[in-house]
Amino acid sequence: MKAAVIVFPGSNCDRDIEVALTQSMGRPPLMVWHRDDSFPSVDLIVVPGGFSYGDYLRAGAMAANSPAMAETKRRADAGVAVLGICNGFQILAESRLLPGVLMRNATLRFICRDVHLRVEESRPPFTGNYRKGQVIRIPIAHHDGNYFADHETLARIEGEGRVAFRYTDQCGKPTARANPNGSSANIAGIVNEAGNVLGMMPHPERLADQALSGTDGRAMFDGLVEAFG
Amino acid sequence: MAAEVPPPPEIATSHGLTAEEYANVLEILGREPNLTELGIFSVMWSEHCSYKSSRKWLRRLPTEAPWVICGPGENAGVIDIGDGLAAVFKMESHNHPSFIEPYQGAATGVGGILRDVFTMGARPVANLNALRFGSPSHPKTRHLVSGVVAGIGGYGNCVGVPTVGGSCDFDESYDGNILVNAMTVGIAAKDRIFYAKATGVGNPVVYVGSKTGRDGIHGATMASAEFDQEADAKRPTVQVGDPFTEKLLIEACLELMAEDAIIGIQDMGAAGLTSSSFEMASKGGVGVELDLDRVPVREEAMTAYEIMLSESQERMLMVLKPGKEDIARRIFEKWELDFAIIGRLTDSGRMVLRHNGKTVADLPINPLVDAAPVYHRPRGPAQPRPVVEPGDVAPPEDVMESLKALLGTADLCSKRWIWEQYDHMVMADTVAQPGGDAAIVRIHGSHRGLALTTDCTPRYCGADAATGAAQAVAEAWRNLTAVGARPLAITDNLNFGNPERPEIMGQFADAVEGMGEACLALDFPVVSGNVSFYNETNGKGILPTPVIGGVGLIDDLARTATLALSAVGQSLVLVGATTGHLGCSAYLKEIEGRGDGAPPPVDLACERRNGDFVRAEIVAGRITICHDLSDGGLLVAVAEMALAGGIGATLSVPDGAPAAHAWLFGEDQARYLMATDDAEGLVERAGAALVPVAVIGTTGGESLTVTGSGTISLAQLSESHEGWLPAYMGDA
Repeated sequence: MKAAVIVFPGSNCDRDIEVALTQSMGRPPLMVWHRDDSFPSVDLIVVPGGFSYGDYLRAGAMAANSPAMAETKRRADAGVAVLGICNGFQILAESRLLPGVLMRNATLRFICRDVHLRVEESRPPFTGNYRKGQVIRIPIAHHDGNYFADHETLARIEGEGRVAFRYTDQCGKPTARANPNGSSANIAGIVNEAGNVLGMMPHPERLADQALSGTDGRAMFDGLVEAFG
Repeated sequence: MAAEVPPPPEIATSHGLTAEEYANVLEILGREPNLTELGIFSVMWSEHCSYKSSRKWLRRLPTEAPWVICGPGENAGVIDIGDGLAAVFKMESHNHPSFIEPYQGAATGVGGILRDVFTMGARPVANLNALRFGSPSHPKTRHLVSGVVAGIGGYGNCVGVPTVGGSCDFDESYDGNILVNAMTVGIAAKDRIFYAKATGVGNPVVYVGSKTGRDGIHGATMASAEFDQEADAKRPTVQVGDPFTEKLLIEACLELMAEDAIIGIQDMGAAGLTSSSFEMASKGGVGVELDLDRVPVREEAMTAYEIMLSESQERMLMVLKPGKEDIARRIFEKWELDFAIIGRLTDSGRMVLRHNGKTVADLPINPLVDAAPVYHRPRGPAQPRPVVEPGDVAPPEDVMESLKALLGTADLCSKRWIWEQYDHMVMADTVAQPGGDAAIVRIHGSHRGLALTTDCTPRYCGADAATGAAQAVAEAWRNLTAVGARPLAITDNLNFGNPERPEIMGQFADAVEGMGEACLALDFPVVSGNVSFYNETNGKGILPTPVIGGVGLIDDLARTATLALSAVGQSLVLVGATTGHLGCSAYLKEIEGRGDGAPPPVDLACERRNGDFVRAEIVAGRITICHDLSDGGLLVAVAEMALAGGIGATLSVPDGAPAAHAWLFGEDQARYLMATDDAEGLVERAGAALVPVAVIGTTGGESLTVTGSGTISLAQLSESHEGWLPAYMGDA
C-alpha cells in the first residue's frame, strides 16, 4: 500500500498517523504539504487531526479550500480511499465529501477520553478487519464532534449501511450516556456512498501500540494494508 | 542614603520606580530619561523581570548534578537523559492575568512556557500545571475554574502538546489571587541546545512570529504589584493568545534550528522586545541597534514606547549567522509568519533604538542589567506550631463515612472534569495518563520514558514554610519514585504574597532553605524556576505556595508501576513508618474543621531510603502496583487504588499502631502502599534494607473494609469522588 498524509498549518496528529501507518505498512507514508495540488499516486490519503488554520472561521472550513484538498477530492471521486480523522472528518464534511456537519459538543467543552465504539459494518478497505457488532475502545479528543444531519440524510445514511462506528457502552448499547458529544444517533463515523471515504471523530492512531495500553486502532491500518497489498 | 534622594517625578513613580531606583537611573544615564527609556528601566527593574527581592535567596538553591547541562538563568533548565538527548523544562506563573481574564490569562501562560522550552531547541512533549483557586463558596471561583481550564485546554490542545498532569486545590487565601502555574517539558538533541546569547558584531537581529500590538503593555509591572479593588481595570494589560500561530512558530523554529543558522534566540515574554533584546545583548556582551520602523506592527501609529513594552504573544527574537537570512526567511514564509531583520549587533555596549528616523533611546546595556536592584528585605521569624497528638483529635463517628466525605472534598475529589478537557494523548506517547502519582511520557521512538509531576501542599507551607517546601520537594520525588522513575531534577514556581512585608519575606526565605535541604538530600537539583510575589489583595496574602515540578527518567517502560489494583487476593504492604500525624492533615481540616498543628516532619534520610527501596522493587519488575501516600493518608490512598482498578480491599489496623483514625488518616511522610503476591519476599527484602514495612490487608471484593471500623461499597466512594467537581461546575 502507498499512503499520503495531508499536512495543514495547525495539523497536530500528522506525526501520530505517520507512526501508526509506518508500523502497519513497514515504510512511511508520503507527507503532503497543503499547498501541493499534485502528488504521486497513492492508495490511501489520510486527512489528519489537529486544528488546521487554527480552526478559525469554522473547524475544517479553510482547510477544505486548500489546493491539497481540491486534489484529494478529485481522487476520492475517482475511487481512491480517503480517511479523515477528527479534524480530518470535519474537513471532509466541509469539503462535501461526506454529508452532515460537526457541531460544537453538546457540553460545549473539549472532551478527551477513551470511548467505546460499535463497528456497524465490517467492510474493506477500512473496517474489514473488525467484526460487525464488535465493540472497540478508541480515544476521542475534540471540541466539535457533535455529528448532525437532517432527517432525510440520516435515514439515507442508515438505510445504506453507511454508519461505520457508533458510540456505545462497553456492551455495545448506543445509550445517551455513552454519547460523549451529542451526535445524532450516536454516530462516530460514516462512509460516503461508494464506501471509499471514511470520516471519524475518534483517533485509531492513538491506540495502535501496546505500550499505550491498547491496540484496537491498529486493526484499521492493518486492514488497509491487507486491502491494498 | 535615602535621605539625600530627591523625590522622583510623578511619571517615574507611576512606572513603579522607587526614589532610589530613579536616582540610580539618573546616575547611569547622566541625564533625565525620556519616556521610552523610563518605560524600559521600569520593566527591566520590575520584580517580575529582575527578581530583585528573591535573587539573594535563590542563589542558595542546589543547581548542580552530573546530569545537569544547564541550570537556572536561561530560558529553561536542561538535563541529560541519555541516548544523546536532553530534557528541557521550566514552570512559570500567570497568576495575575488569570485572575483578571481567566481564559486568556491561562492560555497565554501555557503559550509563554512553551516558548521558553522550544526557544532552546527542544520539541515540547508535555505540559503540566498547578492550579490553586479560592474557596469553592467564593462567588468568583466557579467562573475562574471554568475559564482557566478552558484556557489551558484551548491553547495546549491546539498546539498539539499533551497536557499530561497537574494539581488543583482550593483555599480561601486564593480568593483574590488564584495561581496558574504552567510547566512545559521538551526533548532536544543534547548537542543542539540553543541559548539566549547574542554574539558577533554586525550579525542581524531578526524578529519572527506575530505582529506587535498594544496588548500587554506593562504586564510585567502589573505582576509586580498587589491587587486592590481596581484589579478589573487592569484587564487591558492581559495579552491575547493565538495557539495556531504558536504551533506554526514551533515548527518554523525547529525547522530553522535544524540548519546551522542561529547564534542566539530568545522568546519575547514578559517585557517583550525590551527584555529579550537586553538579555541577549547582556549575555553576549555586545551592543544592539534596532530600527523600530521595521518591527511588524498590527496597529497604526504605535510609539517606540509601545513597541518596546508590548507583550503581544507568539514572538521571538534571534541573532542569525551572517548570510543565513535567506534560509531563515524562506522557512518563516513557508509557515506564513512575519520575518523581519530589525537591527544589528554592535560593539558599543549600548542599546540604540531608532524610530521615524530619530534616535529614541540610547541606553548602556550592562549597567542597566547589572544595576538591577537587589533587595535585602527584612525577614520575619517563623512561628512554629505545636504538634497535634493523635489523642488531641476525637475519633470519627463512622470511619467509612469520613472516608467518603474526604474523597468528595474539593481538594481530594477526582479532577477528571478538568483533565478530560485537556488533550492528554496527542503525540501518541502518553503512557500514564493524568490521575496517577506521576504522568509518564514515552521518549519518542524508544522504550524509555519521562515521569512528570507537580506538587505542593500549601496548608503545610502556611504552617511551616521550611517544612512545607521540603515536603513539596520530597513529594515530587516520591511521586516519580512511585511509578518507578529515577528523579533527576526540578523546576520550581514560588508563589508568595508581598515581599515588602517581613512575614512574607520570612516565609519565602524559609521555603527556599527548606527546598534547598531537600534538593540536596535527594540529589534533586533545581534547574529552572520562577518567582511570583505580590499574590496579595488588600494586604491579605496567599498561603505560601512553592510548587515543585519534578522530572524523572524511566529506563524501561515495561518496568513501571501504576496505582490501580489489578488482581484479587494480593497483599497490601505499607512502606514507611506511621505515627499517625494528624496536624495540618486533610482529615483535620475537612472532618474536624481545624487547620492547626505543625505539618508532618520530613525526614530526608528516611525519605531517600524508603524511596530507593520502592524504586528498586519496581525496576526489578517485582512490583507493578504502587501509590504514594499523601493528602488524606493511608485510607484515602487505598480508596484511590481500589477505585482506579475497580477492585476492593480489606484492611486491619496492626497491633501497636496509633489510634485507628490517626493510623488511617495521618499524613506521615516517606510512605508508599504496594500490592503484591509475594508479601513475604517483600518484607524480607525491606528488612534487609532497614525499611519499615507492614502487611496491612488484602485486595478483593467490591467494597472497602477496615476490620472493626466498617465497610463501604466502591460505588458509593466513586459517586463521592467523581461527583463533586461536575456537580460544583453545574453539570452533574
